[in-house]
Amino acid sequence: MCFISRELPVKRSFPHNFGGCTRIRREICRFCGTGPVRETLSSAFFLTGISEPPPCGGIEDALGKNTALRVDNVGVKFRMANEHVDNIKDYAIKLLKHELRYHEFWALKDISFQVDKGERLGVLGLNGAGKSTLLKVIAGVLKPTEGTLQRGGKIVPLLELGAGFENQYTGKENVFLYGAMLGYKREFLKEKYEEIVAFSELGDFINVPLKNYSSGMKARLGFSIATIVEPEILILDEVLSVGDAKFRKKSEKKIKDMFDKGITVLFVSHSIGQVRSLCDRAIILEKGRMIAQGDVATVSALYEEAIK
Amino acid sequence: MKTFIANFKKYQFLLAELTKKDVKLKYRNSVLGFVWTLLEPLLTMIVLTIVFGTLLNRKTPHFAVYILTGRLLYTYFSTGTKQALKSIRRNAGMIRKVYVPKYMYPLAASLSSYITFVLSLVVLVVVAAVQGIRPTVYLVGAVVPLATIFLMVTAIGFLLATLDVFFRDLEYIWNVATMLIMYMSAIFYEPDALLKSDYGFLIRYNPLYSVIANFRNAVVYGRPLEGFYVWYPIVVSLVVLVAGLVFFYRKQDTFVLYL
Repeated sequence: MCFISRELPVKRSFPHNFGGCTRIRREICRFCGTGPVRETLSSAFFLTGISEPPPCGGIEDALGKNTALRVDNVGVKFRMANEHVDNIKDYAIKLLKHELRYHEFWALKDISFQVDKGERLGVLGLNGAGKSTLLKVIAGVLKPTEGTLQRGGKIVPLLELGAGFENQYTGKENVFLYGAMLGYKREFLKEKYEEIVAFSELGDFINVPLKNYSSGMKARLGFSIATIVEPEILILDEVLSVGDAKFRKKSEKKIKDMFDKGITVLFVSHSIGQVRSLCDRAIILEKGRMIAQGDVATVSALYEEAIK
Repeated sequence: MKTFIANFKKYQFLLAELTKKDVKLKYRNSVLGFVWTLLEPLLTMIVLTIVFGTLLNRKTPHFAVYILTGRLLYTYFSTGTKQALKSIRRNAGMIRKVYVPKYMYPLAASLSSYITFVLSLVVLVVVAAVQGIRPTVYLVGAVVPLATIFLMVTAIGFLLATLDVFFRDLEYIWNVATMLIMYMSAIFYEPDALLKSDYGFLIRYNPLYSVIANFRNAVVYGRPLEGFYVWYPIVVSLVVLVAGLVFFYRKQDTFVLYL
C-alpha cells in the first residue's frame, strides 16, 4: 500500500460508459510504483487532464493517462539444451536415445515496475543481469514467459542502429525498408525523406549501395530514420556515440531536445555517472531479479555500494 | 481478428517493401537482369524438348509448350518454397532487433517468387503463339491453377519456415524432396502410361501434378478443367496452410531464442 496516493483525490472524469470498456481496474500508485492501491470497477478512464479517452481495444486502455509503460511480474525463461541440437539427424538420434536434456533458467523473474510519462528511468546492472533481455521484452522482440506488459505509445528502440538494413540496397531504398519495419507509412516516409537525408549528412552517398558505407555512415542513417518521429518512449542502450564528433554532437542535441519535450526514456548503462545525470529514477537488476527501485540518487548509491 | 486486420493494414507497406526487396535484389548486379527470368525457362525448355522429344520419340503436338508449362509451375514451386524456408533465418538480424509481425517474412518470400513467376509467363505466351496455339474460352480456367499454386507454396512455406528455425539441415532435405517431387510431376514426359500402372497414385495424388495438369488443360489443350485436379490440391493446400499457420503461431515467440 502506498500512503501518498491514499491522500490524493482521484479525479474521475468521463462518468459515462464507453461501451465494452468496463473492466476491473487495479490501480497502482503513480508515485512509487507499488500497489495495488485499490480496485475499482470502472467504466470510465481516470484522467488528470481533460482530453479524449483513448479508443477502446488498444493496449492503452488499461494504462492510466500518465503511465507510459507498466511491467507486471514479468519473467523470461530460457530453455537451453545441454548440447546444441539444431538438425534433424541429431534430434532424432538424441530423441531415440532419450538424451534430450534441457536446463532452464530465468533470465528475468518477477520484474514489476512502472514508468510515468516524461519520466526517465535508468536500468543498472552488471553484465548478464538481464538488462538486454528486459529491453527486448519492452521493445516487443521477446515475449515474456509470464507476466504482462503494457505500453502507452510508440516505442523507438535506439539499440543497434540499422540492424534491419539491407547491404545490397542503396541508402535511399533502405530509408523506406527500415522505415517500414519501424511501422511508418510510405507517404510519411516520402514526406520526411529529404529531412532524413539532410540530417544524416550523407549527401550523394544516399544513392550508393550500403555495402560501400562506413560503419559510421550506417549508424548516421539509422539514427536519422529512427528519430524522424518523436517517439513516446525512447529506449537507449548506453549513450549513443554515432559517427564523428560533429555528428555525435548533433545527435546528442536531438536526443536532448526530445528529453526537453518530456518524452519517456529508458536508459540502460553500466555507468552510474551517466544514469545520474540523465535519469530521475532507476532500477537495479541482478541475476534477472530487480533488487532495488526508487529515485536515482538512492538507487545509484545502492548500486555503488553493491559493486564495491 | 479485428486487431489482426488492423495490424496487417499497419504493416501492409512493410510487406510491399519486403516483397519488392526480394524481387529487386534478385536482378541487381546481374548483366542480363530481368531478361534472365525469361531466358532461363526458355533455354531449359529447348534442351528438354530436344532431349526428351528425340529420346522418347515424341510425336506429341506442342511438346515444347507442354514442357514449358510444367517447368514454369515447378520452378515457382521450388524457388517459392525454398525462399520461404530460409525467410526467417535470413531476416534473423531484424527479428532480433525490431518487432514486426513475423508472418510477413514467409509471405513476402512466397509473394516475391510469385511475381517473378507471373512475369516469366511472358515466355509461355510467346512460345505458345509461335507453336500456333490459339487461345480458347477455356483459357480463363488457368486462373484456378495459378491461384492454387500460390496457396500451396505459401502453405508449405509457413511450415518449412517454422521448422527451419529449429533444424538447420532442413534446407538440404527439402532440396532432395523438391527434386523427387519434380520427377513425380510429369514435367518432361506424358504420365498416361504411369498413371495406369501400379505406381499411378504417386502422380495422381501429387498436388503439384494436379495443378500442372489443369494448367495444361486450360493453356495447351483448350479443354475444361478436371474436377478432381481442381479441388484436390486446394484441399491439400488448405490443410497444410492451417497446420502451417497453427505451428507457426505457436512457435513464433520462441524463434528469437533459436536464431
